[in-house]
Amino acid sequence: MKGSEYISRAENTWCPGCGNFVIQHTVKDVLADLALSPENVVIVSGIGCHAKIADYMQTNSFYTIHGRGIPVATGIHLGNPELTVICSAGDGDAYAEGLDHLIFAAKRNVDITTIIHDNRVYGLTTGQYTPTSPPGFTGRSTPEGTHEDPFNPLDLMLASGATFIARAYSRDKKGMAEVLKRAIRHKGFSFVEVLQVCASFYDAHACYDEHVYTPEGHDPYDRGSAEELIREWNYSGEGPIALGVLYEKDARTFEERIFDGKSGMIDRTRLIREALQKR
Amino acid sequence: MAEFSVCIGGQAGEGINKAGLLIARIAGLLGYRVYMYYDYPSLIRGGHNYAIIRAKETEIGAIRDEIDILCALDQETVRRHGDAKLHIFDLDVIKGDGLGIPATTIIREEGAAPIARNTVIIGAFCRAAGVPKEILLEAIRGEFGSRADENIRLALRGYHAGEEQIQLPIRSADPIPLLTGNEAIALGLIRGGIDAYVSYPMTPSSSILHTMAVLAQGTPLLVVHPENEIAVIAMALGLSYSGKRVAVGTSGGGFCLMTEGVSLSGMAEVPVVIVMAMRPGPSTGMPTYSSQGDLSFVLHAGHGEFPRLVIAPGTPEEAYEWSARAVHLAWQFQIPTFILSDKNLGEHPASADIDPDFSLPSPSTVPAQGIYHRYCNTPNGVSPLRSPPVTGSVVKVNSYTHDEDGITVEDADQAASACVKLIRKGAALEAEMEGYGCIHVDGMDDAPVALICFGSTAGVCREVGERLSLRVIRLVVLEPFPLAQFDQALSGVEKMIIVEENATGQLDALIRTFGYRADRRIGSVSGRPFTVDDLERRIKGVIR
Repeated sequence: MKGSEYISRAENTWCPGCGNFVIQHTVKDVLADLALSPENVVIVSGIGCHAKIADYMQTNSFYTIHGRGIPVATGIHLGNPELTVICSAGDGDAYAEGLDHLIFAAKRNVDITTIIHDNRVYGLTTGQYTPTSPPGFTGRSTPEGTHEDPFNPLDLMLASGATFIARAYSRDKKGMAEVLKRAIRHKGFSFVEVLQVCASFYDAHACYDEHVYTPEGHDPYDRGSAEELIREWNYSGEGPIALGVLYEKDARTFEERIFDGKSGMIDRTRLIREALQKR
Repeated sequence: MAEFSVCIGGQAGEGINKAGLLIARIAGLLGYRVYMYYDYPSLIRGGHNYAIIRAKETEIGAIRDEIDILCALDQETVRRHGDAKLHIFDLDVIKGDGLGIPATTIIREEGAAPIARNTVIIGAFCRAAGVPKEILLEAIRGEFGSRADENIRLALRGYHAGEEQIQLPIRSADPIPLLTGNEAIALGLIRGGIDAYVSYPMTPSSSILHTMAVLAQGTPLLVVHPENEIAVIAMALGLSYSGKRVAVGTSGGGFCLMTEGVSLSGMAEVPVVIVMAMRPGPSTGMPTYSSQGDLSFVLHAGHGEFPRLVIAPGTPEEAYEWSARAVHLAWQFQIPTFILSDKNLGEHPASADIDPDFSLPSPSTVPAQGIYHRYCNTPNGVSPLRSPPVTGSVVKVNSYTHDEDGITVEDADQAASACVKLIRKGAALEAEMEGYGCIHVDGMDDAPVALICFGSTAGVCREVGERLSLRVIRLVVLEPFPLAQFDQALSGVEKMIIVEENATGQLDALIRTFGYRADRRIGSVSGRPFTVDDLERRIKGVIR
């Protein structure tokens, strides 16, 4: 299938220069490369600028509500493990409103891919700080600057048991494609943080262009060096920002464990009759 | 004696619920229909727990004030329930009159766990009440399964230490299974076709989760306990989208967290069954007691306007059948569908005749043709429901106002069309429900005075209605409001008395919106169910 066939008829309303375009087109190209047909892929999104990807992709989609994309995606996957489930979430979605779900998806190792469109600002609500905005960020809800520091989501994912942790950048399409391909193929929970430029409210491309790099010869199965790369930059000041697959681990997935010993059809009448016999 | 009531009480951790179930089983084997009330505070050890087991020759769903036989494991039980006709108690720890049994000594001699004192006392109860030994043993085998032998030994020690005081008449009827409303809901959901049950524990809904988790073992039935109720309903909607029939269960506080998901289900037309088991609020309230205070909340939960179905079964049989129907109807109309229950229905076992083969209408199937449009605009507002993968098509569902393909729209005409589609679907649901018995009438069906009620007061209202020759009109379906059926049931009624276990009269308010005015209202906010005597007194007080 051609990449263009993955794009829907919906009118695109992202701002000119928005990093979401690159993410959408990378997803489209990766799906085409992996020969995943639109009818076997589900894009799940939350609410925010990122979430419009559900409308814009001509794939199955569940355009959910703020913060709840991940548990919906988990349910879709449990309902039909044959589907390729990609959950797009914003930093407000995954790190603020729905942080608990992100942690639990990592803890469970549910076999879905989560792409965090991290522009480090609330775009659709016109410019407020997020959990990864830099210290002192001046937004519409914090005119004097934020009074809290950002957290490092990759470090949080490592602590939560994620089995695939990667970072990409919206001005490095090639690198993002490589990461996404591996994320979709990874068996288990794949966490992909995309540093995404927000053209209207937080255009950090100059800083990212200067600091991003892809570490050479890094073995993502080496937890020690993964930790070092993940902690190299803490979303506060400037510093080297490692891209690529930073951590990977093989582990049993949630569905492998929860469906263990569950097969065949439910004999409902028998189940009810047996329950009644005990009462 | 056409009926009798037994109370057993002690501290939390002394196995009072289990002891109550054993007595209930014995009463069932004696040929009676049984109802058990279980009263326990929200703690794990200490406090005062008691169960009242009432056995009667005819259908039963309520308790009386009067106790015939008291089985006491502590002094507090004698203090609180001491006016029973016959007392059986552990004389090692209790001072009292009646049949004292050295239960603690027996337990020590047998090297058994202290919790097994209840079995010794029940052995003595059987001897005192003239219950044949074989019935005692059969009940223990049924209740304790693999742990039956030790309990039989202890029960026989109690039996031999007791002496016959009265003779409970033995009836020839076959025993009927004892089911709590929650067990009946679990079985009904299974009957209705669920593939998955998702829930976060919250009293008094937790035993649905527990029952379901045990039944699901070794079957493809999926039971998931996620991180919170927000995840519960989100995960359920994901399962539903990918083609699974799914139910969730919770109580008021947990349901508060679910309401954004209810609204999402309404807008995206992703079906789900929600079991909402009420307890007294606001907030944490009284977790282990009962209330009908969330009727208005469930009728209106979730922002925006969308159709929903709200069903309040009144007995375990109804809980079973209507839970099965709820699954069918939720998927037929692609709506959030509620089973509105409470602690009194959910946690109290009663003799329940349920049909394991209970049948439902077959789900309608629409042959696939051409490109699939998830929200295809049909005359009745119901679009064919399919889940991915659909060959050659994509399935897009959306929380935003959307077009027929599920793509977000904000255009005025398209927005109006999307809204009207949902409202039309509500009208189709309302029409469909006319084919179901949404109102249940008990008592004297042409009496001029009518009790109006819903949910778990079914048993007590029916019994009082029969005693006082009143009509009892119970709403089983509360939304869509069954206007025609309600109006018909009210034909010839001169006086309406609303009975509901809340303070503000939520059922009263509901019928008022349809132009009905009740003459009197009887409420209760104690968390405890009306007893037959209590309700009878209060009704006599208003119909004089």
